[in-house]
Amino acid sequence: MSQPSSELMIEARAVEKWYPNGFQALRGASLTVRRGEVVVIMGPSGSGKSTFIRTFNALEDFQKGSITVDGIVLSNDLRNIDAIRREVGMVFQQFNLFPHLSVLDNLTLAPVLVRKRPKAEVEKQARALLERVGIAEQAGKYPGQLSGGQQQRVAIARALCMEPRILLFDEPTSALDPEMVREVLEVMQDLAADDITMVVVTHEVKFARHVAHRVVLMADGEVVEEAEPEVFFTNPSHERTRRFLDQIL
Amino acid sequence: MNALLRRLRAELFATPADGALSVALIMLLSLGAFGFLRWALTQAQWAVVKVNSTLFAVGRYPIEQQWRLWLLTALLVAASGATWGLLRAHPRPDRTGVLWPRNDRLALVLLALIALALPSALGLTLAIQTRWWGLLLLLALCRWLAGRFGANLSSTGRRLAALVWPLLYLVGMVLISGGLGLVTVSPSEWGGLLLTLLASSFAILLCFPIGVLLALGRRSELPLLRWGSVLYIEFIRGAPLITLLFLGQNILGFLLPGGLAPERVWRAAWVLTFFAAAYLAEAVRSGLAAVPRGQLEAARSLGLSYPKALQHVVLPQALRVALPAMVGQFISLLQDTTLLSLIGLLELLGTARTVMANPAFLGRNGEVYLTLAVLFWGCCAALGLSSRALERRLDPHAVPSAT
Repeated sequence: MSQPSSELMIEARAVEKWYPNGFQALRGASLTVRRGEVVVIMGPSGSGKSTFIRTFNALEDFQKGSITVDGIVLSNDLRNIDAIRREVGMVFQQFNLFPHLSVLDNLTLAPVLVRKRPKAEVEKQARALLERVGIAEQAGKYPGQLSGGQQQRVAIARALCMEPRILLFDEPTSALDPEMVREVLEVMQDLAADDITMVVVTHEVKFARHVAHRVVLMADGEVVEEAEPEVFFTNPSHERTRRFLDQIL
Repeated sequence: MNALLRRLRAELFATPADGALSVALIMLLSLGAFGFLRWALTQAQWAVVKVNSTLFAVGRYPIEQQWRLWLLTALLVAASGATWGLLRAHPRPDRTGVLWPRNDRLALVLLALIALALPSALGLTLAIQTRWWGLLLLLALCRWLAGRFGANLSSTGRRLAALVWPLLYLVGMVLISGGLGLVTVSPSEWGGLLLTLLASSFAILLCFPIGVLLALGRRSELPLLRWGSVLYIEFIRGAPLITLLFLGQNILGFLLPGGLAPERVWRAAWVLTFFAAAYLAEAVRSGLAAVPRGQLEAARSLGLSYPKALQHVVLPQALRVALPAMVGQFISLLQDTTLLSLIGLLELLGTARTVMANPAFLGRNGEVYLTLAVLFWGCCAALGLSSRALERRLDPHAVPSAT
């Protein structure tokens, strides 16, 4: 496993977010992620994990606190947001592949439109990425013709095709049938060996144990515990973490 | 033969009740068909249609300028044949296609029968009959050529080839109305099927972008835009088309910048456009609502700007969902053009009424209305069939295309 450098990629300080209906989803959540680091966020449902990582690429706004991603301070300036989104890839629970485009076109759409790269070159890279996630032969098919596991691997390849410096995973295996979880986790593990920065919201304990540099527990919109996996799972310092682990282990 | 009998038995006479129902239905249908045929072959006098066939087709378009319409028809036929062949030569990348599926051969045979039988049945001169045969040959030739050699066309080439259609529309406008060295034929001389198709195609083409913008406006976060769209859509949907048509004849001249709506025909076409746009906006809105939120989020998280995400991700999916509803709107728009006869325009229905008012053809209403119905049905069937073909081609889940 590669070791993270000391350069900060994500720095979130005391982030607070209220939904329009008055519900407070984040109550001062803070997190720093270093370059090349793999951070797993765990926590009970409704604890604000997804909301938290969705603030990192401005899919959710927030009212208090500050977030800096790759040196860019997140503000309401639209150009600023587009700049961050180019550097941050996201993989969703529901894959969110574009059903009207072939697998290959799903990958090439953004690099061609946003990065203005020549189509032929992007296609070559896209095929290499599909090869890497093990579905090179499905390039001409449409997402609806693939299994859930294959779709999620395409979604990962699609995010990678933009050459992001950070990848966010929002419960990438929660919508998959059990037998397909492994193929997706293997791809993610393979990525973690590179020096791409990853923040993963997941319930997969094995993945957290063996792949993460750091595991974070969120509860009630706050970060409760941050520790190396070994410590997190065997000797957590907070009662709240112990209760959570009791429930899932 | 035995297989056919077995199938008939299974489908029509599976149980005694089924059998009785089948017999009753068959008798009812044959009675109806028999009565209709007896009327059509012995009592109806088709002279009214034969004599006036040109009138029904193009109204009072000056005879010495009609070569322009023939030229336009030939261009349209050639473009249709070429498009047809290209579509067959380029099946979707995930499907296998056949160059000449059975339905295509059947369609060509049907068209051939119509082109051979109809002109002579209408008693057209031999010169005109041969023109129809020529058009048929042109269609088949373009279809064959495009199918045979179209597979070599690159994707850029295909995109350019699609531009033939908007170009052809502009060329057609010039050919019909004159200008650029051609003698001007004023819109008041257009009529019959020509006027019907012109008014409806104009309205269909223009109401589409307006409708999409209205639908987006209705979902916008800017209050002024949202309320403006809502107000427009609800007002138009609340008023009968005929009142809007009369209103348009009276006030549209003031609303549009000078020159855009000088002629009655164009005023009516604009009213049709604005009317259809409101209904189309609702169809598009339902399509937009059917696209999951995650699609926009995924596009945005890849760095696409909002307009690009709309253009490349949301709208293609929304419009595919809305397609059947939109084509339904187009079909009713086509039929709504008959209302133009009430404001004194001689489109198909208007022409028919002048023909029936002619003392020479007194009491021949049945023949005329039947002809009208068949003509409209033909146009609407073409719209409906092409929309279904488009749906199949765009369907992300469909199985490989049938042969």
